[in-house]
Amino acid sequence: MSEPSSTEMNQATGPAADAVPRDLPAAVEASTEIALGASISAEAGAPSVPAIEPALRRILDVVREAAAHERALCLRGSGSKDFLGGPLLGEPLDLRPLRGITSYEPTELVVTARAGTPLDELEAALAEHGQCLPFEPPRLGRDGAGQPLGGTVGGMVASGLAGPARAAAGSVRDHVLGACLLNGRGELLRFGGTVMKNVAGYDVSRLLAGSMGVLGVICEVSLKVLPRPPATRTLRFDMDQANALRHLNEWAGQPLPLQASAWWDGILVLRLAGAEAAVASAARLLGGEAIPPPLAAGFWAGLRDQRDEFFLHAEAVLAAGDGESTGFSLWQLSVAPTAPRLEVAGETLLEWGGGRRWLLSREPAGRVREAALAARGHATLYRRGAGTAAPDDGAIFAPLSAPLLRLHQQLKAAFDPQRIFNRERLHPQL
Amino acid sequence: MTAVTDGVLAGTGPDRRARQAEIVAALQPLLPAHALLWQAEDTVPYECDGLTAYRERPLLVALPETEAQVAAVLKACHGLNVPVVARGAGTGLSGGAMPHAMGVTLGLARFNRIVQIDKYSRTAVVQCGVRNLAISEAVAQHGLYYAPDPSSQIACTIGGNIAENSGGVHCLKYGLTLHNVMKLRGFTAEGEPVEFGGDALDAPGLDLLSVVVGSEGMLAVITEVTVKLTPKPQLARCIMASFGDVRHAGDAVAAIIAAGIIPAGLEMMDKPMTAAVEDFVHAGYDLDAAAILLCESDGTPDEVEEEIGRMKAVLVGAGATRLSVSENEAQRLRFWSGRKNAFPASGRISPDYMCMDSTIPRKRLADMLLAIAGMEKKYRLRCCNVFHAGDGNLHPLILFDANDPDQLHRCEQFGADILETSVAMGGTVSGEHGVGVEKLNSMCVQFSPEEREQMLRLKAAFDPAGVLNPGKVIPSLHRCAEYGRMHVRKGLLAFPELERF
Repeated sequence: MSEPSSTEMNQATGPAADAVPRDLPAAVEASTEIALGASISAEAGAPSVPAIEPALRRILDVVREAAAHERALCLRGSGSKDFLGGPLLGEPLDLRPLRGITSYEPTELVVTARAGTPLDELEAALAEHGQCLPFEPPRLGRDGAGQPLGGTVGGMVASGLAGPARAAAGSVRDHVLGACLLNGRGELLRFGGTVMKNVAGYDVSRLLAGSMGVLGVICEVSLKVLPRPPATRTLRFDMDQANALRHLNEWAGQPLPLQASAWWDGILVLRLAGAEAAVASAARLLGGEAIPPPLAAGFWAGLRDQRDEFFLHAEAVLAAGDGESTGFSLWQLSVAPTAPRLEVAGETLLEWGGGRRWLLSREPAGRVREAALAARGHATLYRRGAGTAAPDDGAIFAPLSAPLLRLHQQLKAAFDPQRIFNRERLHPQL
Repeated sequence: MTAVTDGVLAGTGPDRRARQAEIVAALQPLLPAHALLWQAEDTVPYECDGLTAYRERPLLVALPETEAQVAAVLKACHGLNVPVVARGAGTGLSGGAMPHAMGVTLGLARFNRIVQIDKYSRTAVVQCGVRNLAISEAVAQHGLYYAPDPSSQIACTIGGNIAENSGGVHCLKYGLTLHNVMKLRGFTAEGEPVEFGGDALDAPGLDLLSVVVGSEGMLAVITEVTVKLTPKPQLARCIMASFGDVRHAGDAVAAIIAAGIIPAGLEMMDKPMTAAVEDFVHAGYDLDAAAILLCESDGTPDEVEEEIGRMKAVLVGAGATRLSVSENEAQRLRFWSGRKNAFPASGRISPDYMCMDSTIPRKRLADMLLAIAGMEKKYRLRCCNVFHAGDGNLHPLILFDANDPDQLHRCEQFGADILETSVAMGGTVSGEHGVGVEKLNSMCVQFSPEEREQMLRLKAAFDPAGVLNPGKVIPSLHRCAEYGRMHVRKGLLAFPELERF
């Protein structure tokens, strides 16, 4: 059996490994110090107690100290998703020193990376082997100089945000295979693993996707990755929203290689991806106008990173008013894909075959939530306009039913009894 | 932690009878007379699931017919602190539905109605007792199917699939149960109605659906499921490839993935297994091969043609000695028939067999086959191997005679050795059959005391009183301390005629 191209952390990160921020000197230590990856990738003997590398040791100390004094911590990577969720409470805990790809084996379709690994570093390593993160996580945020912040692996998992391919490829959660978690007791725990099928114990690692850090510090994750599809093609159609919704749902019921969709302002754009033959025959069947590949690639990247025309427009509207309230908010509604056009005023961008609907609106939170419920889904207050007040109940995410809220509180107590991690970020009562 | 301990409330004799009378009295007003069984001759059929080596007689069996009855039974049991073990078809292979000696078995087979099929939204709402295959059959007219296909799909229920997060032979491409389920409706341990997930692609808050799926009935009782339906591929074709060396076959699996191909199915059988199944199904398998790979492509005819071409090139490059490609559906099914009948075929060549279910990284498949060959010598027992090679899930079948105590003992050691070797290779003790009671001890090997303790806390968050299926999945700290270097118990199977895996 030939040796698969296994890459250890420093090799996998390539040139980017040199780009570790200078104020975090111990970020990536020699590979002999690997702690996080040690027990799951151990090839001989049962999981051993890993040696603690310095970057992790410091985080452990901060967490134990915070737990002892019941002091709140605000877990943070690049800060590209600071806008998302409830308030940022507590002392910031920078996880970027926990950086690097621990292992990547293309033939296993699995990559393991530490929380602070920049997303673009991870994706570059995958691209070298023709692989990708199928759920297309957005690369959000700009620093003061307008450079992309890009986000980190930990933030990607904690936020659970996915891009255009989500309806076809699955969510962040669907690709989490294992994780190393630092809980509120200061214990380092591993759940899941690096294999595709694993039903040993409760699936805690997947529960971390979208948890907004409220259960603990996601120190490291193992993700299922996939080969990039051999062929893609983008088609454009002129049609109104009702027609777009109907077509998207009908097409989704046929064996077509539909990978992504977007509708805005009378235009539906589809991306087909798969084997060349499948893409070609689907394109013939569906018709529409073929978009030239470079233009299409730019469009999808813009949509994925929330920098396309709709989002830039939304950003301008939200920022308008020079500090005064514009009254506008950008909502993300996750609804039944078949739900008809929402009965709420505002501009809408559809994605995920109708399952995700972005709404730029001045309607009060209550109205938007009602519309989401009527569409058998829920609404997230994604970005608030400058000076626009928060909803009365303070909830950024949709409210939970009574039994679910109780389960959330009990789970929070089970993982983080002192409530030190990301207080109120996912829910005002967590 | 006190919520979950092994053998909680175990007892016999007059105590048991008094407790039984107390619970019967509490449940009688809640259920029709025929829905409550407690006489020994009525409860015996429930004393085990597919793992027949582990048996326990429940105090009583409740067979509710409505959700209101389920809620009422759960409330009453919670009030009396009685363990409740939910059960579907009882085909599970790890003893997850083995009764509790002082508990109620909650049989949910009567929840067998397909509530709604919606072609437009590609979803079906089904009650928990609907059989896996019945869903695909009911939606076939719309060109859709329910993708996860555990080989026991003719008998196993969707509720059981939820409990185990069942896989099948197509999960590398189409995902596990979790990836094909949108919403669960059911009850908490207290009997309070609850829903996990929803009709949208995600739900607010923590993704509780992902932890309830695969929780073996320990976090909630599920009565209704909304499943995602998948458009049926127009065509599927299968390549059968022979290899003269197991290393070449293992390399071929890695090479297929490295070439950017995700096969619809990718399965491996070793030589002894091939001989056993050929003798049973006469499918024309290559008896000289050290290992056989079955590699399937599905999609549009053009797509399959293209992919089969790429697969063939990779397999030949990896040293395949013989290749055949199915020319029609009958031939494709014949290629699969042996693989699907690995269990009954093993039953014909040995009085008993024990099935393992660990998962390892794909690249270690050949290492594992060679390690098992060494163990055959060490434990002086034969072992046939079938693998879900595409996702590294192993089903070694250790052949033995349970009437010979020494063979049984060696078989148990053999099995434990495979599980521990799997963990050491970076794998897991259970890929798809669940932990149940069968692999409790192996959990001690795979997880640290702190990790198990966190899982017990998670259990307690859902079920503070610890009444749902107590004693399964997560071993107590005490048990792990006792386990030490002892080995796992045997795993004999019921339903030998069922296709498996």
